[in-house]
Amino acid sequence: MKAYLTRRYWFSASHRLHNEAMSAKENQEVYGKCNNPHGHGHNYALEVTVGGQVDPRTGMVCNLVDLDLFVQEKILERFDHQNLNTLSEFQRVVPTTENLCVEVFGILEQGFRHAQVEKIRVEETMLNSFEYAGGRAIRF
Amino acid sequence: MVYLTRKAEFSASHFYHNPEFTPEENQRVFGKCNNPNGHGHNYTLEVTVKGQVNRHSGFVVDLKQLKDIMNREVIDAMDHRFLNKEVAEFKDAIPTTENLAISIWRRLQPKLKLAELHRVRVYETPDLFVDYYGEA
Repeated sequence: MKAYLTRRYWFSASHRLHNEAMSAKENQEVYGKCNNPHGHGHNYALEVTVGGQVDPRTGMVCNLVDLDLFVQEKILERFDHQNLNTLSEFQRVVPTTENLCVEVFGILEQGFRHAQVEKIRVEETMLNSFEYAGGRAIRF
Repeated sequence: MVYLTRKAEFSASHFYHNPEFTPEENQRVFGKCNNPNGHGHNYTLEVTVKGQVNRHSGFVVDLKQLKDIMNREVIDAMDHRFLNKEVAEFKDAIPTTENLAISIWRRLQPKLKLAELHRVRVYETPDLFVDYYGEA
C-alpha cells in the first residue's frame, strides 16, 4: 500500500526581493514593499511530503527520525535565522518563496534516500503558500 | 468533478511494537513511541470524496450521510480507545498514522455509495499527517 507522509517544519529568515537587472523603479513596481532596501523577515512553515510503500514490519513509509534529521541538518540549519540574500544559491536568483521551494526541493530530492520526495509546500505567511513537486503535477 | 472534504476529530492512544523485533530493535526503530503503556494524540481526520454535482440537490454527496458514515465506521470505533487493544485491525498491524489512514479508507470505501472516496488524510499532530488514496 502506497501512502504519503507529510511533516511540517518551521524556520525564520529574512530576504529582499530585488533584481539587479531591473531599474530601481521597476524593482519597486514589481516587488513593492518586498523591495525595501534593508529586507524583512518571515516565519516560514515548510511541509515535506514523502511517499512509498508502507513497510509491513514497521507500519511506516519512512522513519520520521531519518526525515527530521535530514531536514534539520540540510535545510533548517542552512536557512533558519539567515538572510537569504546572503546565501550562495540566491546570488543570481531572487529569494522569492517560489525560488526557495525549488532550492529546498532540490536538496531533498538529491540527498534524502529513505523515501521518495513527492512535494514540498512553503507557507511564507498564513495567507500565502507555494508548492513544488520538481516539475511533476501536484496531486490534491 | 468536484471534491468535498469533511473533517472529524478523535482522540486515541497507541504504541508501536513489532513482536518479531527484539526489545532493542523495537526501541531503536520506534523510540519513545515504543513505551508499552502507550501515549495519545488528538487526531484530525479529513475525508475527501469526489463526484459530479447532482443537478437537483446541488450536492456532490449528502453531508449528513457522509458524517453519519464517518461517525459510525471510524469515530465510534476509535474515539477514546487504545488502538492496539480495542480496534480489530491493530491486533496485528502497528497503529502508525500510515496504517491508520489505510484502515480508515478500508472502513469507509465500501460504505460510500453516493460519491467516490478520493483521499483519507489523518493528522496525528498539526505538524504530521498521512494521505492515502487507495493505492496498492
